Amino acid sequence: MAIKDYIRERFFPHIWCPGCGHGTVLNSLLRTVSQLGMSRNEIVVVSGIGCSSRISGYVDFHTLHTLHGRALAFATGVKLSRPELNLIVPMGDGDALAIGGNHFIHAARRNIDLTAIVMNNRIYGMTGGQYSPLSGHGTLATTAPYTNIDYAFDTVELATAAGASFVARSTTYHVQQLAKILKQAILHEGFSVVEVLTQCPTYFGRKNRLGSAADMMEDYKNNTTPIGSKAKKENPDLIERGVFVQKEIPEYCSEYDKIIERAMKGN
Amino acid sequence: MKTENIKFIQGNEACVEGALYAGLDFFAGYPITPSTEIAELLSRRLPQKGGKFIQMEDEIASMSAIIGASLTGSKVMTATSGPGFSLMQEALGYAIMAEIPCVIVNVQRGGPSTGIPTHVSQGDVNQTRWGTHGDHAIVALTASNHQDVFETTVEAFNISETYRTPVVLLYDEVVGHMRERLRVPETGELPLVERLRTSVSEGVDYHPYLPREDGRLPMSDFGGVHRYNVTGLFHDMWGFPSDNPKVVHGLLRHLVDKIQNNVNQIARFKEYYLEDAECVLVSYGSSARSANHLVVSRRPRGERLGLLELQTLWPFPYDIVREKCANAKYVVVVEMNMGQIMQEVKKAVDRPERVFLANRIDGVFIAPRDIRAILRIIQGKGV
Repeated sequence: MAIKDYIRERFFPHIWCPGCGHGTVLNSLLRTVSQLGMSRNEIVVVSGIGCSSRISGYVDFHTLHTLHGRALAFATGVKLSRPELNLIVPMGDGDALAIGGNHFIHAARRNIDLTAIVMNNRIYGMTGGQYSPLSGHGTLATTAPYTNIDYAFDTVELATAAGASFVARSTTYHVQQLAKILKQAILHEGFSVVEVLTQCPTYFGRKNRLGSAADMMEDYKNNTTPIGSKAKKENPDLIERGVFVQKEIPEYCSEYDKIIERAMKGN
Repeated sequence: MKTENIKFIQGNEACVEGALYAGLDFFAGYPITPSTEIAELLSRRLPQKGGKFIQMEDEIASMSAIIGASLTGSKVMTATSGPGFSLMQEALGYAIMAEIPCVIVNVQRGGPSTGIPTHVSQGDVNQTRWGTHGDHAIVALTASNHQDVFETTVEAFNISETYRTPVVLLYDEVVGHMRERLRVPETGELPLVERLRTSVSEGVDYHPYLPREDGRLPMSDFGGVHRYNVTGLFHDMWGFPSDNPKVVHGLLRHLVDKIQNNVNQIARFKEYYLEDAECVLVSYGSSARSANHLVVSRRPRGERLGLLELQTLWPFPYDIVREKCANAKYVVVVEMNMGQIMQEVKKAVDRPERVFLANRIDGVFIAPRDIRAILRIIQGKGV
């Protein structure tokens, strides 16, 4: 199917600002779904609140636009109730890791088969540019007018420590890699986390004098590097891209099926 | 009567039996006294029938998970007590807005805050009404004995499916932990309302939020042939966010009217000796047991006492209360809080100055003698 067939044109134009990276994530996601040849009826997209969360409204799947931070908890209910469905959960960085941080680590711990996409623009965009748990020390935001003294989470390390069985990172500049990683994540049986660095030129870029959307994407090109590259050894400040974790652990819903089997036998 | 249908169990177990009878498929919860037995029992019972149980990381997640599961067509429930119920208010509002059938059990303990976890209270009545933000309607049922716990639990599922609304079962610690007899009704003995699914066929536009003429909204399960959007934002008939004033006004009216216009259908109550009662006791939950004991024991002595036991607390049945209390000299509301239902009774009746409160707020179950002591003061018989 063509990309257009996965979109609810009725609900366009979208709300994202010019230059926002979220459209690129949407594009990559739909290309991936198209390549995988998945039926629209077997995909459920669950999102939280914020700029990222609007992605659910624009796609022609079963879509659940939930509460700030709670997308993974809603998705857990959908998935456990109907394990045959494919659950994709796009979230913002504040959404996933501040208000939703607890749900994030517990979904990872359970290894329930959800594909969590953390669209990391390092800012609360919808409310106008407040610092998030991924903004980082020394950044500026409307709630950090002097400087931000909060340190950032490393999404990849957090997800890995919490037990996610698939953990990856890419950026809106590296769209080919992003689509490939999303494909692996969706096919992975277990909890998968894909962090996507996505530019917010309107707030994070403007506050931190990072230039235009194109400049910010250029930064993704220059400031990131494939996992374990020579460049990383020479410059430890570079952010690594690629698949960090990919391991086979029994998936939660299949494990629960075994519980049902045992319970029905009466032991 | 089949003896295998007779059980001697806790109220929390009666609630579990009722939920399973109603067709519960999915439960998500978090341990909290005094409701924990519900989760424990369902973790054993649900998988035996192919259902799903999950212990979530908190009550926010529990409430969120049951909403997600309900959208796939499952009958869903969670159970908690005051502190957990506070955490559930956010997603409870979502279920109201997105019109998701679900049942929330709150086995009340003393509050505010962590309060008095192992003792009884009925302090969450007003929280149930207004705990989540914004104008809305809510349905809350309660019961004073295990047979009624069973029946109100079944009824909660029926109401949640009929009106596409969350329903709160507002039990209390005494009812939850007390042991008494329950007769589990035969299959078919109590009516069950199943999910109303759309008859719109594949390829034809399905409007998830366009009510039928009778006001009901047929659903389509996630995973089915109709793909639509569900949101906690004000939304149009497609389920897509809208700030069009007409859409916002229309949806809010719909959400409130579908409950408020059916107050009498939703109202459940019992009455004892009301015909000639000079003094009407109004009570609910475990307090109604003491009120009933007092009425039954004083009647033979010629005291014209009667009892109106409410099983539906919200929407409050103002007309029924007004009518049942019309001829009473005194109306005494018996409850274990500082008068939360008394305030509603005062609003309901003519001459509210004849409404009094008999309560306890110290974590101790209100006994018949406590009510009796208040009655003597009201009747001018001294302390």
